[in-house]
Amino acid sequence: MPETVFSARGLTKVYRTGEVEIHALRGVDLDLYAGEFVVLLGPSGSGKSTLLNVLGGLDVPSAGRVRYRDHDLSTADEESLTRFRREHVGFVFQFYNLIPSLTARENVEVVTEIAEHPLPAAQALAMVGLGDRLDAFPAQLSGGQQQRVAIARAIAKQPEVLLCDEPTGALDSETGVRVLEALSDVNQRLGTTTVVITHNAGIAAMAHRVIHLQDGRIVGVEVNPQRRAAGEISW
Amino acid sequence: MRSLNRKLLRDLWHVRSQVLAIVLVMGSGIATYLMSVATLDSLTATRARFYREYAFADVFATAKRAPLAVGAEITAIPGVAAVDLTVQAPMRIRLEGFADPVRGLLISLPDEGSKPLNRLYLRAGRMPQPWAQQELVLGEAFATAHGIAPGGRLTAVVAGRMQDFEVVGIAISPEYVYQIQPGAAFPDFERYAVAWIGRRALEAAFGMDGAFNSVALSLAPGTPPARVIERLDPILEPWGGLGAIAREDQLSHKFLSAEFGQLKTMATVFPVVFLSVAAFLLNVVFGRLIATQRDQIAILKAFGYGNGAIGRHYAAMAGIVVGLGALAGIAGGAWLGHLLGRLYMSFYRFPWLDFVLAPASVASAVAITLLAALSGAAFALLRAARLPPAEAMRPEAPPRYRATTLEHWLPRRWLDQPTRMILRQLSRRPLKALATVLGIALASGVLTIGLFQEDALNYMVDQQFALAQRNDLSVSFVEPRGRDALAEIAAIPGVLAVEGTRSVGVRLRAGPRSVLVHLDGLPAGSRMKRVLDTRNRPRVLPTGGLLLTEYLARILDVRRGDGVEVEQLQGARRHFELPVDGTVQEFIGINAYMELDALNRALGEGERVSHALLLVDPRQTNAIYHELEDRPGVASVGSRKAAIDNFYQTMAESLLIFTFIATLLAGLIAFGVLYNTARIALGERGRELASLRVLGFTRGEVAYILIGELALLTLAAIPVGWLVGAALARVIVAGLQSELYRVPAYLSTQTFASTTLVILLAALASALIVVWRVRHLDLVEVLKTRE
Repeated sequence: MPETVFSARGLTKVYRTGEVEIHALRGVDLDLYAGEFVVLLGPSGSGKSTLLNVLGGLDVPSAGRVRYRDHDLSTADEESLTRFRREHVGFVFQFYNLIPSLTARENVEVVTEIAEHPLPAAQALAMVGLGDRLDAFPAQLSGGQQQRVAIARAIAKQPEVLLCDEPTGALDSETGVRVLEALSDVNQRLGTTTVVITHNAGIAAMAHRVIHLQDGRIVGVEVNPQRRAAGEISW
Repeated sequence: MRSLNRKLLRDLWHVRSQVLAIVLVMGSGIATYLMSVATLDSLTATRARFYREYAFADVFATAKRAPLAVGAEITAIPGVAAVDLTVQAPMRIRLEGFADPVRGLLISLPDEGSKPLNRLYLRAGRMPQPWAQQELVLGEAFATAHGIAPGGRLTAVVAGRMQDFEVVGIAISPEYVYQIQPGAAFPDFERYAVAWIGRRALEAAFGMDGAFNSVALSLAPGTPPARVIERLDPILEPWGGLGAIAREDQLSHKFLSAEFGQLKTMATVFPVVFLSVAAFLLNVVFGRLIATQRDQIAILKAFGYGNGAIGRHYAAMAGIVVGLGALAGIAGGAWLGHLLGRLYMSFYRFPWLDFVLAPASVASAVAITLLAALSGAAFALLRAARLPPAEAMRPEAPPRYRATTLEHWLPRRWLDQPTRMILRQLSRRPLKALATVLGIALASGVLTIGLFQEDALNYMVDQQFALAQRNDLSVSFVEPRGRDALAEIAAIPGVLAVEGTRSVGVRLRAGPRSVLVHLDGLPAGSRMKRVLDTRNRPRVLPTGGLLLTEYLARILDVRRGDGVEVEQLQGARRHFELPVDGTVQEFIGINAYMELDALNRALGEGERVSHALLLVDPRQTNAIYHELEDRPGVASVGSRKAAIDNFYQTMAESLLIFTFIATLLAGLIAFGVLYNTARIALGERGRELASLRVLGFTRGEVAYILIGELALLTLAAIPVGWLVGAALARVIVAGLQSELYRVPAYLSTQTFASTTLVILLAALASALIVVWRVRHLDLVEVLKTRE
């Protein structure tokens, strides 16, 4: 039985944006295991991102509990959440969120400078196939390249979990596949627990487990008996 | 933190034009502060050293003629350290090629050895030889004004006798650092001279053998001057003593202190204005910067940077801006301080200038700026630090707009959509709009106080010379004369009218308060010298009471109907009491007035006049002047035109410099505020505007939305700016109240027009930049970028 990394019970999240109240999560129970590659699948507004944010310590639930190993994330204060993110989590976002005023290498170094056992920035970039674009600014890189810099930035600190929110959402199919290959490669080589959000059902084929969300609830969990390699996927 | 530091520098470089605007405004604040403080410190240090090294006295007194033996009595007063007994004689000077009347004061030097007090600093040449009769040391102010060097010659009339002197030296005295004729409002280096000759020569010329008429004392440390004056006055009274004064009341010292006070006010008002504007600009620019970096802040937080680290990152950015502003300000302040110091040195006669730029002043300037900057950036920094990381990852919720009240009032068809957008934008951020209006208004205020000085001086001159004092020439007699003296003057060809006045030195007492002033008796219905009430209407002269300068009434704390004790200090030395009949408005000096005949009755010396006021045919002014000058019994002749000319000549240059600096700085502030407002509006709404362009709006229509907002803010700021200017003028004026002069808080229409023009020009320049930017708005790119 693999070790449980995340354990969530009765997660609820309500937040306001402008004058609208949104019930993003309506009681989610979930366990994630070490080294597993999980895909969260669901239409937009189903609560995927909110769940990911809560797991990553970017946000706290309105009700319910979530634990990361022996850390209780639901009651943690901001300082401990910051420490949790710094020590254990790597993020990849749909819009890359690179810092435009820093080069590829510097964008990675922003994270390695505060990490305990980081990979050298150049090595992390080489892992995603960008060893030759170290000194390029984000504006000089294509979308896929930018996303791979974001992945390099996320894995450079050798996190235990990698949380990816629509990592291929802004990319064409071919570029998306390269990004997925990079993620899968990291998952296998470093044993990083990886959670990928997508509304692209094709990607689900490469996961150990696929979790379906709808209206803030988990509506189904499938285990893939036969995983497909990223290269075999297209959309 | 190396990567973050790099980000910091590159981000700053990205907003460099806005950073530059802040740096300039901040630098201006620090520069004006350091300039004022450095000038003040330098002048104070210079004055202290000059006073110390050249033995400036602590107490001064004059008498009519006291035997030298009285000196022993004075020396015996407890607490007196040194005594300098001198002869001082009024003189008239004749210069080839200079037609205006020149008056002066001739002061005796010991024939052997050096002066014990108020020693001379020799700028050029030498001191007179012992016992020399015709060698003279000339005060530097007058010598410079006329280009007189050692070796030059000078003709002076002392006690009616003409004498030739050789100028052997040019000197500066601690007594005449601010060299001004008693009773004058402004120094006149061309028409008033101070000179020193050997005692025996002056005794002979002025009939003062074995006597003195002026005494200066230095006191043992810790001796209160009042106690010595109490003992000194009775000693000199039998010899025509006019009452001793302490150093604070010495004319040159008093003027210096008044001007130092003015500098102190400047050192407060200007930096406060500049730094508050800079703080506001920092707030606006950083607020915007942080808003655009929401997602970057989020990513940093997602990867484990704490609030403190994020806060420090942006605080360091503010710190760098402050550092740059401080560097610019320190350099500018040192430079302006030197400049201003030199300007002051042309008014003040110091032998040297000890330039002081105290590290403590620099440190406090930087600390104050940092505080202002951080308070300005604090709100934005707190927002950055507090931004929840997940929140920051989501796109910002659409800002809440509401229909404005104005829209309910006006018919729909009056307001097109772009105008609605302008109104709603302003009403959504009322505080920001208010701050922008205040920023522009402060710029207008700075400009107002720059221009205000000229307004105030013009007003003072107008009041003094056009409304109050309307004679062409004034003659003062050596001794009060009968009315026949006026008839003699009236007989000179070209003299159109003559009026006699009586001026007598008195001490006015009301309860514990007493003041030394001149009590002037003016003829009833005088056409040449009028006293004016606060609304500049001529006041009827009282026959049974006194009119006091408003400021004098305040010093004495008396009102209409209160009694004032009058102690005559010359002649019969009568004591009498008179009620206060009212106050008059005068900006220069403090005086008491009553009707001439009533004054003469009170003094009991018969019908006497001490001055004659003349209206003359302008073509014959010079001839009349020379005719009068040679008459025995005439002490001096003054010309109104010369006084006005001198005033504008002396003041014009420094006014020009002040006006230029103020206009420049105000323009900078106005532009800094307006440019940043426009630039940020463009940044915040680029997408919105590009969308409108895509929908088919023209560039002009899109620019209108931005410029309309700018125009509304500017128009709202203009009247506020007038109020701020008037308020700042009042603050400055309040710091300029002294017995010597009071500056009226008067602002001309022209000043209001000029400030408005400068603000409009700054707004226009900002608008042009916005239009230029809108022309270059890349529609596709803007729509692609995620806000």
